[in-house]
Amino acid sequence: MKQWFGKINGIALAPWIATIGLFAFWEFACYVFDIAWFILPSPSRIAYATWEFGPALWRNSLQTLWTTLSGFGLAIVAGLWLGIFIGWDRRIYAAFYPLMIGFNAIPKIAVVPILVLWFGTGWVPAVLTAFLISFFPIVVNVAAGLATIEPESEDVLRALGAGKLDIMLKVGLPRSMPYFFASLKVAITLAFIGSVLSETVAANAGVGHMMLTAQANFEVPLVFACLIALAIQGILMYAIMAWIEGKTTGWAHRSSMAN
Amino acid sequence: MVEFIKLEDVSLRFDSQGDSLGTLAVKGLNLTVQQGEFVAVVGPSGCGKSTLMRLVTGLQFPTKGQVSVAGKPVTGPVPIAGMAFQNPIMLPWRKTRDNIMLPLEIVAEHRRTFRKNKTAHIKRADDLLESVGLKGYGDQFPWQLSGGMQQRASLCRALIHDPQLLMLDEPFAALDAFTREELWQIIRDLHIEKGFTTVLVTHDLREAVYLADRIFVMSAGPGRVLLERDVDIPKPRDIAVTYSPDFGDIVAELRAHISEARA
Repeated sequence: MKQWFGKINGIALAPWIATIGLFAFWEFACYVFDIAWFILPSPSRIAYATWEFGPALWRNSLQTLWTTLSGFGLAIVAGLWLGIFIGWDRRIYAAFYPLMIGFNAIPKIAVVPILVLWFGTGWVPAVLTAFLISFFPIVVNVAAGLATIEPESEDVLRALGAGKLDIMLKVGLPRSMPYFFASLKVAITLAFIGSVLSETVAANAGVGHMMLTAQANFEVPLVFACLIALAIQGILMYAIMAWIEGKTTGWAHRSSMAN
Repeated sequence: MVEFIKLEDVSLRFDSQGDSLGTLAVKGLNLTVQQGEFVAVVGPSGCGKSTLMRLVTGLQFPTKGQVSVAGKPVTGPVPIAGMAFQNPIMLPWRKTRDNIMLPLEIVAEHRRTFRKNKTAHIKRADDLLESVGLKGYGDQFPWQLSGGMQQRASLCRALIHDPQLLMLDEPFAALDAFTREELWQIIRDLHIEKGFTTVLVTHDLREAVYLADRIFVMSAGPGRVLLERDVDIPKPRDIAVTYSPDFGDIVAELRAHISEARA
């Protein structure tokens, strides 16, 4: 028994224990304090609702996943290009930085009505909200990675006759990759928030929309089932991004550049 | 003897506000380095030693006067120069060997044929690594090497394209005393073997006296040459020479001038 336990990594096990513990406590609390199912449904009720509405939940989850990934994909493409543009030259960086901060300061929920005005209800505003909310960290990180090249690195290459493009390709872009992949973890979470946000305001499909419908029908366990579905999707996407980050830019964590 | 580097009455002003009242980095600098010579430039911090490096390698242009290298006025980057700094600035995503070969991907002479001659370049990089005592470390990433090893690798990178001029900006300043002396000997041997002209910027007087044929003492704000001193200790110098009275005398003499320059 002791030997078996010794082989299990305590750190690897800890998140599972904490998660299972939380749900166990939740279930227990619902019974002990006799909490009404329409206030806070117990995990077992939520599980039942998940099973009961399984196909619809699955369909709407796929819809949300699709809008999130579309917005996120657009954010990667636009963020990378805009980041390279802004980070290309210190003057461009200085010129656009305040604008970027200002843009990011706008609560994106305030933009959703405008998007609905322009594109009507449906998946378009959801994709666009996901895009708008998630491209900012990508731009800032890529631009920062490019704009902070060590002056000596630049000197060595410039003295050899390197042009701006050489410096960017040989040093700037590889150097900004850890920043880029780190920003993807943040961006995917934000994209997810954006698409669900838009779905709850103006959509006819997706988990956000389903939550709104369930709430209107007083299907409280289903509302919570939707929340859990969102949490699982969020964790999965984050984990995938973290895995990609580790695979591609592991060197950054072992070299001093990670600081 | 052929004059390899020549600075004639060079002044450089950094106009930070765009007016003519900016800081004067160097003023009326006159300096000549012969081909194949090993020259050291010493001085208190802020005396424009690094500015001198940038002027000679064509990264910065004088506001007044003229800089010429290898008989030609400097009008742009000087690719016949190799550079090494206090910070080895190895790129962490490239293996040590690929870091060393980076200049070959840049200099006009090699970049077009880089892929074609890759095997020859790899051989060259490995030979250089061996000459600095890093045989077999080419496949390691720079962050797997110690500070001294990284600095050796950065010397290899400075030398990979067979430069006629080696510019060293305090390359040993961040190393411990033993590693530093080891690297002095490596530089000494490489200089004898390859015969490139070397300019070493440093604030370590012992380092300057041990390595250089001639030493320039610079004064601070604005930088100018205060003293030119030949080091007449015969070469090649053994590290034991650093404990000889002659050596000590030269160091003491230079130190006196530096104190003067700081006052």
